Amino acid sequence: MSAAEEVVAEGHRAVEAVPKRAMTLSTTTSLVVLAALLVTPLLAKNFIVFQMTMLLIYGLAVLALNILTGGSGQFSLGQSAFYAVGAYTTAVLMEQFNINYALTLPIAGVICFGFGFLFGQPALRLSGVYLALATFALATAMPQLLKLNFLEHWTGGVQGLVVTKPDAPFGLPMSQDMWLYYFTLAVTLAIYIFSVNLLRSRSGRAFMAIRDNEIAASSMGVNVALYKTLAFGVSAGITGIAGGLSAIAVQFVAPDSYTIALAISLFLGMVVGGVGWLPGSFVGAAFIIFVPNIAEGISKGLSGAVFGVLLFLVIYLVPHGARQVAIVSQQLLGKLRKN
Amino acid sequence: MELFTNQVLAGIATGAIYACMALAVVMIYQAIDHLNFAQGEMAMFSTFISWQLMQWGVPYWGAFVITLAIAFVGGIAIERILFRPLAKAPILTNVAGFIALYAIINSTAGLIWDFTIKQYPTPFGSAPFLGSQLISTHQAGMIGVTMLLLAGLYFFFRYTRIGLAMRAAASLPESARLVGINTSWMIALGWGMAAAIGSIAGMLIAPVVFLEPNMMAGVLIYGFAAAVLGGLSSPFGAVVGGFLVGIFENLAGTYIPGVGNELKLPIALALIISVLVVKPAGLFGRHIVKRV
Repeated sequence: MSAAEEVVAEGHRAVEAVPKRAMTLSTTTSLVVLAALLVTPLLAKNFIVFQMTMLLIYGLAVLALNILTGGSGQFSLGQSAFYAVGAYTTAVLMEQFNINYALTLPIAGVICFGFGFLFGQPALRLSGVYLALATFALATAMPQLLKLNFLEHWTGGVQGLVVTKPDAPFGLPMSQDMWLYYFTLAVTLAIYIFSVNLLRSRSGRAFMAIRDNEIAASSMGVNVALYKTLAFGVSAGITGIAGGLSAIAVQFVAPDSYTIALAISLFLGMVVGGVGWLPGSFVGAAFIIFVPNIAEGISKGLSGAVFGVLLFLVIYLVPHGARQVAIVSQQLLGKLRKN
Repeated sequence: MELFTNQVLAGIATGAIYACMALAVVMIYQAIDHLNFAQGEMAMFSTFISWQLMQWGVPYWGAFVITLAIAFVGGIAIERILFRPLAKAPILTNVAGFIALYAIINSTAGLIWDFTIKQYPTPFGSAPFLGSQLISTHQAGMIGVTMLLLAGLYFFFRYTRIGLAMRAAASLPESARLVGINTSWMIALGWGMAAAIGSIAGMLIAPVVFLEPNMMAGVLIYGFAAAVLGGLSSPFGAVVGGFLVGIFENLAGTYIPGVGNELKLPIALALIISVLVVKPAGLFGRHIVKRV
């Protein structure tokens, strides 16, 4: 070994090792949460229903990042790019090709999966800060690429595209917002179950082995390159579906909705929800949707500062995010039962 | 050919800005082993402090020195108060903390000094340098200061006890503690020095990009890119990286058709990534060997 080399044991991991059992909620809790999600819109106003739809959509995007970072230990600041590709795929297919909105989502997912899988190839050689920079480049390039002249025919250029909101099918007596909420909930549920099962499967174990120790994983026979790119692909695919849903819900896509700020919000959502804890993704999504509004409500001029202070408070109190709250409350419940 | 030389010269001139910021990035990376997203905002805030001092009648160099001291103490204070409690938290939580700090500083500066663009003086004058229209004396002065800083940092990290201790504390904290280094204070010192270097960068950049709360957003990205390209462990690499990024950016804008101002950044970044794919530790970075 030359003198210029440094030997580092892989002791300091960027991402904590979360055992796979600790990545989900128990069945009872899950059912209670699901019931709450099913009933709430019946009691709430349309605007709140819309916000809950956005919460689920952002939750999906954070979940996707969580699979990548919490699952396979790779870091990405480029999620906004995949989100944009998904949103544009849905918008273009719906508006220019008159394809049914529900059918556009799997297409968006597949396209983003391919895109993420391909992007994962060069990213294989990079890790940590370098990977962050590479994904960051992707995020900054995307809005500019969407504005390119020769794509304007489909994408509408800087103006973006307006998307029509679908009506409830089969003559169901529901408002458009409410139908969209239940539709989003169904998609979210399917993807959530898929993700939980993915992390429990052979592939999920391979992701976690790579996250915990790449060298050990490869010597155990895990195909590191394949699983790392696969994690990128799956993550991008789910983000793309979330993006597609958002295009339908917001009824509008424009290049500047998908800047690096979106990728940073998704990252914050993941940290607040707890890295590697899938249900936390939705808690994190709630944070990134509601806290900026709360900050704005407290002080208009200083909304950024208030947001920063609130964020600091959260990470001081629970450095491991919502997962920590869940673990502590579980322990408390256990104690209560014993008494 | 003349166009090419001119664009390279212009690239070197902008590159000096990035090189200066990249030095601050390398400084913090040496101390805490990750990148600080709030670094640009800290530099911007220091620059505003120096501007305020000058408004109150302090001469340029007086304001310069006072700002340097304030930035150094401020950097240490931020570490002690805000990030010390997070020392045991996961790295990603720390990164979220940097983003929070970014939001706080940006919004506070906007409230105190508002978002209008302000002129900022230069000590070097802005006449053409050696008769060249492309590089002004200010930019030449900036390159000079960057070189001085680089030499200073090189000697600091290589030959002083405290510089060596700082490197030890960043690369292997446990072993460093065993040989009697106070690693926790080394980190605070690193923050202080990074903030001070950042404030120099800010004060040199402000005459070029004008003073306003968002002035560092773009510069920091290029600074990161420069530092990563040069290798995060090498101050020399950071400066070379800074100039290279400046030149890349200018040449891409000139020679690749259809590249407006907005696509310059993605193209510069794409080039950097292609370099990194071939040399993952950056051009001058040390290769890190991992063991199980």
